[in-house]
Amino acid sequence: MSHVFLYALAGVGLFTLGLYALIVHTHLLRNILAINVMGSGVFLVLVALAGRTPGASPDPVPHAMVITGIVVAISATALALALMLRVRAETGRARLPEEQLE
Amino acid sequence: MAILLPLAGVLVCFLWPRRAKPLGLVTALGVVVCVAGLGWQVVEQGAQRYAVGGWGAPLGIDLYADGLSLLMLMVTAVVGLGISVYSSGYFGRKTAAVFWPLWLFLWAALNALFLSADIFNLYVTLELLGLSAVALVALAGGADALTAAMRYLLVSLLGSLFYLLGVALLYHSFGSVDIVILAERVEPSPAVWAAVGLMSAGLLLKTAVFPLHFWLPPAHASAPAPVSAMLSALVVMASFYILLRLWLEIFPLNGAALGQLFGLLGAAAVLWGGIQALRQTRLKLLIAYSTVAQLGYLFLAFPLGTSFAWKGALYLLVSHALAKAAMFMAAGNILRFGGHDRIADLDRVAQRLPLTLTAFTLAGISSMGLPPSGGFTGKWMLLDAALYTGQWWWALTLILGGLLAAAYVFKVVGYAFTPAEVTHEASVVPARMEWTALLLALAAVLLGLFTPWPLALLDIGFPFGGGYAG
Repeated sequence: MSHVFLYALAGVGLFTLGLYALIVHTHLLRNILAINVMGSGVFLVLVALAGRTPGASPDPVPHAMVITGIVVAISATALALALMLRVRAETGRARLPEEQLE
Repeated sequence: MAILLPLAGVLVCFLWPRRAKPLGLVTALGVVVCVAGLGWQVVEQGAQRYAVGGWGAPLGIDLYADGLSLLMLMVTAVVGLGISVYSSGYFGRKTAAVFWPLWLFLWAALNALFLSADIFNLYVTLELLGLSAVALVALAGGADALTAAMRYLLVSLLGSLFYLLGVALLYHSFGSVDIVILAERVEPSPAVWAAVGLMSAGLLLKTAVFPLHFWLPPAHASAPAPVSAMLSALVVMASFYILLRLWLEIFPLNGAALGQLFGLLGAAAVLWGGIQALRQTRLKLLIAYSTVAQLGYLFLAFPLGTSFAWKGALYLLVSHALAKAAMFMAAGNILRFGGHDRIADLDRVAQRLPLTLTAFTLAGISSMGLPPSGGFTGKWMLLDAALYTGQWWWALTLILGGLLAAAYVFKVVGYAFTPAEVTHEASVVPARMEWTALLLALAAVLLGLFTPWPLALLDIGFPFGGGYAG
């Protein structure tokens, strides 16, 4: 049980790390990567928690969810990268302008 | 059917891009017919449950339709038909080939979301919805729209991941993602509270509740007019709908401290959105901030928690969808007509686009909450619930918000009537773009006259917990 818990904790750690990176960095590529790291964290949590009872074969449903999640994440990343290239082509910089606080 | 048909439409529009427009319109009509058929079924036989592929609840994917999802589907169908007709006049041939598949895709995702019976399916549809919405915003091109789309995408993905982590925790604790099964098994524990926090945070971000609204105005204002209409009217409904389902069906949280927090955020959104709308100099940004304010009202139902308040909020949501779509369409007409949407230069639109201005004003009446509009009914129900539960400060917010809305609507109308030098060549606005805006606005106002029917619909298969009967 404990090593399963370790994996889950690592997943939460990845999630937090990604969130931190997303907030701190301004370059869009880094932001997209950060989102991906967060996604991997969630997937790790799902996979780790699938083996709930030690000894028994793990629950297959979370695995199916992770597969679905990965498909979604890949399409999202593709869209994000394409959009980033367009932003760069239009503005010359691959980052978002600072928030204008009115 | 309501999901498969638009998906088929997507494929067909992709394959024959030149005929995308007629094909898209036919699909839109087909979807409306499907939703009407489903509506008839639900009204006749009560809530429907359908197991896709015959697998059934714990393992397979279930679709579920009750009064609440039917109401959402029907609003989407009405506004969606309006948007389809409007866009057929708005886009040139080149953009249309891209617009139609994306729009039908978004519609399919919305319908799937309102019919989903498990929280993981909700995540997938939410993600599909977000991706197609972002692509539609980017359709406008130009630096503004692209950066707004990029920010929207990052926010939307972040919100979805928070939600997904919540789903993972819930699945771990109770071994199911089905809403009905979860509702039976859930009991308070630290994991559940963590899941509630994560999912609520993600969904609040996506619903653009103050102070998480920062991404909404630029995204909604820089998109093409029909896209702004669908984002502001329909897409925001989706995440609120999920929040409502979780709150009412899974978590027994009525009247908890979290509800007060939601109400506080909602109240702040009403006031802040109203004030910001008043300060804008561009028409589309004004309407976008008005969306922030209108979304705030919905969250006032959380601290009240009576079934009357929930219905009021849903009523408000429906009339908001109709009115906001009409407002953005009217703004699109004005933009097309004069080539700009600076409020101060809206000279004599009244004389030259009378239908559009009427549409804007009628929609404005619903936003302010004047009788007999749908906005009035919704607000009155919330007001009543606030006084009934003795929480008069929420009632105060409702009234202040209405005053602010009146101020910003009249600001626009006032400028439109002010005579000024004509400085630009006006271009022609197709008649169907004017008429769809007007009809949707009329629907929003008339909604107030047909109150009992939608409310009766909500009762089908959906026990609004707690409080006195509406």
